[in-house]
Amino acid sequence: MIQIEGLQKKFGKNEVLSGLNLTIEKGGVFAILGPNGSGKTTLIKSILGMVVPDKGSISVMGEPIKKNWKYRKEIDYLPQIANFPGNLKVYELIRMIKDLRQSPSDEERLIELFKLEPFLDKKLSTLSGGTKQKVNIVLAFMFDSPLLILDEPTTGLDPASLIHLKNLIREQRDLKKTVLITSHIMQFVAEISDVIVYLLEGNIYFKGSIGELKTKTGQTDLEHAIAAIATAPTHA
Amino acid sequence: MLKILKYSFYDLIRSRWSYVYFLFYLLLGFVLLFLNNDVSKAIITLMNVIIILVPLISTIFGIMYFYNSKEFTELLLAQPIKRSSIFLGQYLGVAGSLTLSLVLGLGIPFVLYGLFKSDAIFDFSLLLVTGAFLTLIFTVLAFNIALSNENKIKGFGYAVLLWLFMAVIYDGLFLMSLIIFKEYPLDAFSLSATMFNPIDLSRTLILLKLDISALLGYTGAVFKKFFGTDQGLFVSMLMLILWTVLPIWRLVYVSKKKDF
Repeated sequence: MIQIEGLQKKFGKNEVLSGLNLTIEKGGVFAILGPNGSGKTTLIKSILGMVVPDKGSISVMGEPIKKNWKYRKEIDYLPQIANFPGNLKVYELIRMIKDLRQSPSDEERLIELFKLEPFLDKKLSTLSGGTKQKVNIVLAFMFDSPLLILDEPTTGLDPASLIHLKNLIREQRDLKKTVLITSHIMQFVAEISDVIVYLLEGNIYFKGSIGELKTKTGQTDLEHAIAAIATAPTHA
Repeated sequence: MLKILKYSFYDLIRSRWSYVYFLFYLLLGFVLLFLNNDVSKAIITLMNVIIILVPLISTIFGIMYFYNSKEFTELLLAQPIKRSSIFLGQYLGVAGSLTLSLVLGLGIPFVLYGLFKSDAIFDFSLLLVTGAFLTLIFTVLAFNIALSNENKIKGFGYAVLLWLFMAVIYDGLFLMSLIIFKEYPLDAFSLSATMFNPIDLSRTLILLKLDISALLGYTGAVFKKFFGTDQGLFVSMLMLILWTVLPIWRLVYVSKKKDF
């Protein structure tokens, strides 16, 4: 699905990604984890073409992404901070994104699921953080793309919506789609992800299932395993 | 690109500031016409206002729009859209709505006053064309500044400085150099110095079309000889187009390499 080779990115003197290699296979939920500043968002934005890498190559579905933009048709993206143009109304935003992408969408079901009907007429600048995040989720899930990238999807959600979100992600997995998620909430990651990709200092430190991670670190729960992997490196 | 242009444009014509800008020109047009009672005189006064105000408003509007639509831009960047389309669309949206405010705001009072019956119609269209060019030029310069400066305060400062330089400081330096080097023939120098500042260029272009160059003395005669001809008009228009196209090219070039 995604092949990344020798990806390098510096912001000024700060090297965020240093020669990262990663292959994301088709189908399944991949959790990209790592301490703050380990390059998760930079990695995601490089895949989306929002950040231009200094070195290395990325291909999505066999197509190199350099100087290409059509491949983004296959990607749905949920940005980390739900920032929208404030003077648009919710339904206008949804209509605009539909208009820009020109692909079939099923936003009604999602709007109903997250009970967004009363907000459709409101301007985005008047919405609360959690409601904005719900709109964000609707925008990311309403298209039928084979690759979903979710950057901190749980931010600001109430428990009921969190359950809906998990169900949506599982639904995508059952449809054999590829989902990339970053999150700091380990319970959420443990519940939904198949593969853990652990980033540390701009490189892939670990990639494997949750079971493998627990065995490797000798911990019984994911939160401790993740904490252990960062503090006490177990070089084999 | 047309879709982005459409959304930026709708977004802007719904905003309060576009109306304020439009109403300002509308009011200015009516007041000047009824005070002067003469289309040609009103055009000269208008020119003095437009030459300073259009660049200022375009610069500030451009830079504010760019910084304020950061979220919109980021949303668009993740969509299957070319980068150049995003920025060109937004730019044309801003410049287009500003130009529309200018053309309608000034056009309505002049048409009501009987512009089509007067012989000043060519001068008036020249005024609108240079106004439109100044809008295009200063909006794209502002977009360039905003694109190169993440820091809003800095970007805003540079934009205001740019306007100040083009509108005031450049003229001062120009005048000073004319005084210092007055022993030398300065025709070529003053002509080219005028060419390198879109504000000066527009002002000279209109002044000379209005046939008041007799007031300008010898230099005026040289200018008249140059700008008054079709060739002069052609070269000036070419310069204005270059002033528009080169910054647009830079905008596209830089935006392709930028990280968001």
